[in-house]
Amino acid sequence: MKPPPFDYHAPKSVEEACALLTTLEGAKVLAGGQSLVAMLNARFLYPDHLVDINRIPGLDGIAVGAGKLAIGATARQHRVEVDPLVARNVPILAQALPMVGHRQTRNRGTIGGSLCHLDPAAELPLVALASDAEVRTVGAGGATRVIAIERFIGGYMSPAIDAGELVVGIDFPLWPADHGYAFVERARRHGDFALAAAACLMTLGADGRVARVALAVNGLGPVPVRLAGAEADVLGSTADRATLERAAERCAALEAFGDVHASAAYRRSIAGALVRRALATAYGRARERGDRG
Amino acid sequence: MTKREIGFRVNGETYTCAVEPRLTLADCLRHVVGLTGTHLGCESGVCGACTVLVDGVSVRSCLMLAVQADAAEIRTVEGLADESGALHPLQAAFRRNHALQCGYCTPGMLMTLLELLGENPAPTEADVREAISGNLCRCTGYQNIVAAALDAAAELRELRGARPWES
Repeated sequence: MKPPPFDYHAPKSVEEACALLTTLEGAKVLAGGQSLVAMLNARFLYPDHLVDINRIPGLDGIAVGAGKLAIGATARQHRVEVDPLVARNVPILAQALPMVGHRQTRNRGTIGGSLCHLDPAAELPLVALASDAEVRTVGAGGATRVIAIERFIGGYMSPAIDAGELVVGIDFPLWPADHGYAFVERARRHGDFALAAAACLMTLGADGRVARVALAVNGLGPVPVRLAGAEADVLGSTADRATLERAAERCAALEAFGDVHASAAYRRSIAGALVRRALATAYGRARERGDRG
Repeated sequence: MTKREIGFRVNGETYTCAVEPRLTLADCLRHVVGLTGTHLGCESGVCGACTVLVDGVSVRSCLMLAVQADAAEIRTVEGLADESGALHPLQAAFRRNHALQCGYCTPGMLMTLLELLGENPAPTEADVREAISGNLCRCTGYQNIVAAALDAAAELRELRGARPWES
């Protein structure tokens, strides 16, 4: 189908965009449009105004400094995927991004758009959650805010931001250079929405035991979740088989939905396997990178 | 809704037009510019038939508004053959390898593969299959499309080797 009628605005600055979002009734932000325009075509949405932030200069930067990787909201997913700064500093992001949609959608789709769309199976919010990322916003009157990702993830496809508040970027705190990482997912076909996915970051102590770990899964319930229990299981271990098994079993207790693609039980079962694989892979990488460094 | 004046280049030619903001780039190319080689399959970003190059990269023209393409450089399937009408090596390889039956997905396949071969002159079969994973074909089973892409890659490598100044 064709999109319903709307008015179109292409602000040239964040201030102008926020002013439009605050004053206009029924306004939506248009970033990469890879979900929004599809929803307009299907007439799931009838916005009165679209505020296109693609023409705002300087909103698509990728930079490392002060212990974090900062990515601007309109940075295209494919650009982030191939950026050497990203691969060197937050390798899990470079590993996850090729699984986001297809090349054509990553050429247009943005980091900020994926975060704000907050699809339950989306790779980017999952990586952000495992990374303890922080979302930067600008609101009415130019008020800036930094929102921890677990607070930003408000609910099913609902970022916890105010009307008139614009996401301008996301910061990934850097892990030590020799950290281990893994992003694994199970999708029917490459580029499909995943049935479930797991993201893991890990560092080892001098004794080869897990000193710090972050583990998150998505695709089961309405939002991605951190597995604090499984993290506690693994901490101090050598990621041995029994420990990984115990961590994976935690997925049996997760809230999950079933649909035509997979039942809730199947999703939990996949998530358990992915958790085991993510932990083992992250541990292996941490060992390898530690030896090398 | 008020129309907006936009201008862009398609296959090297400049076009200006007044469009409603809700007009997608795909519909603009087909109905306003008059280039109907770009096909629309699903209009929801799934089938890839509408793939064109915008500023050198592949995009789904059903998921981009025409107003967003203001000042852009666009390449469509009509821009592949040279001025004499001789097929682009990729198109010729599609014909040689019987890589199309109904032809509906072909423009999107070609534009997607054009980007791949521009970046990766020697793709593996897996590279080709991943590149076209966002393009659906219901006739061929993909086998001949993959064969054509590999064939075209080999021929383009040979052409570039023989005439490196053109690469």
